Amino acid sequence: MSAATAQAAGPPPTAPGPGTAQAAPRRTAGRRRLTPYLLLLAGVAWLLVFFVAPMVYQASTSVQTGSLDKGFKVTWHVATYWDALREYWPHFLRSLLYSGIATAACLAIGYPLAYMIAFRAGRWRNVVLVLVIAPFFTSFLIRTLAWETILADQGPVVRFLNRVHVLDVTAWLHVTQGDRVLATPLAVVCGLTYNFLPFMILPLYTSLERIDGKLHEAAGDLYATPFTTFRKVTFPLSLPGVVAGTLLTFIPASGDYINAELLGSTNQKMIGNVIQSQFLRVLDYPTAAALSFILMAAILAIVTVYIRRAGTEELV
Amino acid sequence: MTTAPTAEPGDAVRLTGLSRTYGSFTAVHPLDLAVPAGSFFALLGASGCGKTTTLRMIAGLEEPTTGTVALGGRDVTALPPYKRPVNTVFQNYALFPHLDIHENVAFGLRRRGIKSVAKQVAEMLELVQLGGLARRKPHQLSGGQQQRVAVARALINKPEVLLLDEPLGALDLKLRRQMQLELKRIQTEVGITFIHVTHDQEEAMTMADTVAVMNAGRVEQLGAPADLYENPGSTFVANFLGTSNLIEAEVTGTSGGDIQLVAAGQRLTLPAARCAAEVAAGGRVLAGIRPEKVALTHRDDEDSVAEGRNRVPGRIVDSSYIGVSTQYVIDSPVCPELEVFVPNVERDGRLVPGAPVVLHWNPAHTFGLDAAQDIDAGIDADAEEAAA
Ligand SMILES: Nc1ncnc2c1ncn2[C@@H]1O[C@H](COP(=O)(O)OP(=O)(O)OP(=O)(O)O)[C@@H](O)[C@H]1O
Ligand SMILES: [Mg+2]
Repeated sequence: MSAATAQAAGPPPTAPGPGTAQAAPRRTAGRRRLTPYLLLLAGVAWLLVFFVAPMVYQASTSVQTGSLDKGFKVTWHVATYWDALREYWPHFLRSLLYSGIATAACLAIGYPLAYMIAFRAGRWRNVVLVLVIAPFFTSFLIRTLAWETILADQGPVVRFLNRVHVLDVTAWLHVTQGDRVLATPLAVVCGLTYNFLPFMILPLYTSLERIDGKLHEAAGDLYATPFTTFRKVTFPLSLPGVVAGTLLTFIPASGDYINAELLGSTNQKMIGNVIQSQFLRVLDYPTAAALSFILMAAILAIVTVYIRRAGTEELV
Repeated sequence: MTTAPTAEPGDAVRLTGLSRTYGSFTAVHPLDLAVPAGSFFALLGASGCGKTTTLRMIAGLEEPTTGTVALGGRDVTALPPYKRPVNTVFQNYALFPHLDIHENVAFGLRRRGIKSVAKQVAEMLELVQLGGLARRKPHQLSGGQQQRVAVARALINKPEVLLLDEPLGALDLKLRRQMQLELKRIQTEVGITFIHVTHDQEEAMTMADTVAVMNAGRVEQLGAPADLYENPGSTFVANFLGTSNLIEAEVTGTSGGDIQLVAAGQRLTLPAARCAAEVAAGGRVLAGIRPEKVALTHRDDEDSVAEGRNRVPGRIVDSSYIGVSTQYVIDSPVCPELEVFVPNVERDGRLVPGAPVVLHWNPAHTFGLDAAQDIDAGIDADAEEAAA
């Protein structure tokens, strides 16, 4: 790349000589300079068609007024945003809360697992990795429906949890109700955690696997106990994976509606459910579009603060 | 104290029957070794001969199959690395990429609960001449600078023993020479025992007080560099440390302190004191001579060669001028490829390929080796390993 650029920069233009001699090299130089942009063309086209265009369309929808029969018109009715926020802020909060907890749970479950795969699995490594992504072979919907069965009121899991009085504790924490797990926050968070776990494990694994084993030895050689080695060397070096994993989990989880739909009740509706019903049932397109933008803005803000805090560019 | 029969308090490291096998492959054969405190000890050998494995067993990073490791008279075989008073400079430095130079160097001190490290770190960085770079990250340093950080990071802990695993392997020749001197200077300055692993014989010879030559998991010979060079005990050492001309000869008898030999009709004399093999009249022995100890005279001037010198006739096959000396390859009845290095002082213009010559040397410079070993052992051991 740099060689090409250097060549493209070429000799500085000297006295204007007879054009024919210089024309050919200049044309190749010009083409070289264009090559990177030509390569970008496909990606840019993709973005324009599938990202920018829908965004613009949605943005315009969000400031329209009207109804389905009479048609919608752009009236720059920004108040839709305030109305949407005023009415649905609990759903926003709940979305961020559920997905935040699910992300934390994914990290707690995924980190040890990724660590084991990266450092301890030996020749089983690839098998375990395949097992991690195996759930993707069935559809998201079916996997979530399976949790309905797992957490069924008369199922063995709930009965066991009841027997050992775990449900008393969770009920006291207001994450379950009575003898039920289904239709409670716990069920929704369980579903989210389960469904997004691979998105946490894979980036974690990648960043852990990249760590040179010699660094562990060096830390041990420099008087660090295995735990200190983890705290001072392994974990800091895996931070890019932690950041990537939490983002890949948190962002889709906060917009998810399937888990709340199938495993929760009306009291566990997340913002995704609201947007979905506004679009598909209430047919209030402006409100749905406005909600989408608010969600996007909220996530962007959270992610920005988070990345600043984690200081990832320092770590890679 | 260990129960090793010859345990001396002055030994910084004592290995007793230390071995390591991987499956059916023995990387290190049972090894007994004592490294005196305060010495610069080099472990020299071709790639794959078990140097790193030996070093890792001393550091506690590898569990020995048999044997014990004692540091300063204390058996540490069962201790994990973080409890051993040794530090390692790793083959590829293994600096912590997420920490700056200051924190890398301070790492060991902090782990031992020392809070105010700034002064010590600054002093250590000064010692390795990296004063201004404390806030850089490892990837912002050159190879030589990283290597010095690795040394500083280990040395600051004032270990009883510093283990260096080919720390200069990645550097270019000039920087390597410079770092060799610097390491030697630091060792003299701080007086810590260094065990330096290398496959570069020149490096081992210039730096170490004692060199142990390893071959295929065994220590072949151990001694001061000059001693190893002058009196190699095996063909491997003779060929691996510098170059040797080995001439297979028959023993005709002994007289005084000398052994009389004959090779392809040429009579040679070998001091009995410098013969590493048992000899008897009629037996065979390898007579060795270093290329720089041989003089070259044109056949026409044969009469000018002094009496009593070992002499061998030959014909120049090849000559290459390398500045300080000219290196000749000679075809001779006693050996098809004798090497001779002649210093470029007064060059004889007749000494060109094809010229008939007489090779002659002081018999005192001849050494004797057991003829029952591979005469080519240790030649290009590294190259063979790399090709394999
Ligand atoms: N984990 C292992 N499993 C099997 N064999 C091993 C293992 N580690 C080392 N070996 C073998 O043991 C021998 C000695 O290895 P070692 O790393 O000590 O060599 P070395 O002398 O340090 O070589 P180099 O100069 O290339 O670093 C080698 O032949 C190597 O293949
Ligand atoms: Mg090695």
